[in-house]
Amino acid sequence: MTKNPYKIKEPIGDRVFLSVVYVILAIVVMALLYPFVYVVSVSISEPAEVIAGKVTFFPKGFDLGAFKTMINHPIFFTAYKNTILYTVLGTFFTLFFTAITAYPLSKDKFQMRSFISKVYLVTMFFGGGMIPTYLAYKSLHILDTIWVMVLPGALSAWNIILMRSFFRNIPESLSESAYIDGATDPQILVKIILPLSKPILATIGLFTAVGIWNGYFNALLYLNDTEKYPLQMILRSILVAATFNPSEKDAYAQLNHSATESLKMASIVITTLPIMCIYPFIQKYFVKGLMVGSIKG
Amino acid sequence: MSTTIGKISKKSFISKLNYDWKCNRFLLLMSFPGLIMIALFAYYPMVGIVTAFQNYSLFLGISGSEWIGFDNFIRFFKDPNFFRIIKNTFVLGSVNLLWAFPAPIILALLINEVIHPKMKRFIQTATYLPYFISVVVIVGIMKSIFSGNGIVNELLANFGVDPIQFFNESGYFRSLYVGSGIWQEIGYSSILYLAAITGIDAEMYEAAKMDGCSKFKQIIHITLPSLRPTIITLFILAIGGIISVGFDKILLMYSPATYDVADVISTYVYRKGIIDQDYGFSSAIGLFNSLVSIVFVFGANYFSRKLLKESLW
Repeated sequence: MTKNPYKIKEPIGDRVFLSVVYVILAIVVMALLYPFVYVVSVSISEPAEVIAGKVTFFPKGFDLGAFKTMINHPIFFTAYKNTILYTVLGTFFTLFFTAITAYPLSKDKFQMRSFISKVYLVTMFFGGGMIPTYLAYKSLHILDTIWVMVLPGALSAWNIILMRSFFRNIPESLSESAYIDGATDPQILVKIILPLSKPILATIGLFTAVGIWNGYFNALLYLNDTEKYPLQMILRSILVAATFNPSEKDAYAQLNHSATESLKMASIVITTLPIMCIYPFIQKYFVKGLMVGSIKG
Repeated sequence: MSTTIGKISKKSFISKLNYDWKCNRFLLLMSFPGLIMIALFAYYPMVGIVTAFQNYSLFLGISGSEWIGFDNFIRFFKDPNFFRIIKNTFVLGSVNLLWAFPAPIILALLINEVIHPKMKRFIQTATYLPYFISVVVIVGIMKSIFSGNGIVNELLANFGVDPIQFFNESGYFRSLYVGSGIWQEIGYSSILYLAAITGIDAEMYEAAKMDGCSKFKQIIHITLPSLRPTIITLFILAIGGIISVGFDKILLMYSPATYDVADVISTYVYRKGIIDQDYGFSSAIGLFNSLVSIVFVFGANYFSRKLLKESLW
């Protein structure tokens, strides 16, 4: 149509390029979403069809028996209760301690600011390591208690930095006018700063909650009492216990042996569902939260 | 003005503390709960590092246990598993870095080409999703999909391949480990690159188009060079992480059958310390691990500053 070959060549090249991009992205998205589809399909399919290996994408038949078995299992109920308790308490402590620590560090007039910041920064690069930490918790007598699940992880230098950066962006004039009106720092934090900090509270709160909900390692190291086990420890027994070191503690051997594929996938759905439900709300915040972090880092 | 600030910051620790006690009492009091927490849960455990130099016994404690100098370290260097776990740590960490580091960059470049905003948002939502799944569930799904009668073996059977026990053969461990890591983190890690791409001056692309640059050439000559600082920063951080490969996932994935490629320093620390209760020895391995990883971060930063003129500090 046009005489100049270059003018038409470039857009065609770009269109081909774009099609290739779309094809690759389609494959990537399918690969990322497939396991989710598979898990849900297996969990609601007829167990016989699952055993026969017929469920590959869409569910075959419909049977909620696996869900009923899981929900009615006493161990499962206890673990669910524990996980909710650890998540709620752990998130509360994280927000409380992070806010109260970050607030003084956001005030220029605070003379101890740089010293205290350094005290926290050191912990980003150096820690006790697994065994010394274990021994320290043992001597603090918090092993095998709920406290070991909700307190030690509550304060991280990274969260303090994020929240302090957010506080610093709130105009100082707000605090100053409150000082003139006779407000104290705790009052300013609670009545002025925190209500303005909902985005950062949501980001840190939701990430902490997801982290605790998904965590198994603290329970594996610090808990012996199976009554205190969180969900992920149950999942671990059901899903991956077969290859365990025999010397490890495993109170759920019977649950593991009786677990069918349907039961395994149903347990994944039940434990992961809450995360998938709050995920859309997190997404809005975590992109922004990461940006704040990247500017700092 | 500047002299006053200089004076304040040069005051001694005690006089600063005094000043805060008089003028910023509430700020000082508010700092206490956090400081107590960090003292108990971060600094107090550091005291336990001395057990690396002890024949530590739970009943005698740190003060009562026998001091044995570097014996634990010597024992570790002479351990028949020493070479294996050092090699595994570095090989697994490096293979992981090699594949998992570029993947989110490529994904970010691809997503950036999507014009339709709704489709872009859908792709991003879908790619972030796996990040919120727990390692236990990921390993569980993998074990199900790659089991003897799992879907992968069903598919292979169509091509006449005999069932493969993926989780019991050393040869597949690294691929499963690295692949699942990419599956989980590719979308989430791409966020920073996408953010950096949006920060690139649109005029550069306009100029390139005028000069007849194709989309592909624009990526090579504008987008990638603009991402250089972000890439280098994240690469230094990733190198520091080589030695601390995702230990909680390995612990779920490995079995005695795959120890020869899967056993890394931190899993060995766990087995020796928590399971065999060989505390002093295990502390020594852990200390060795943290020292090497600090050397790695500082080393990567140093070389990056010398060679690429970019660094974290």
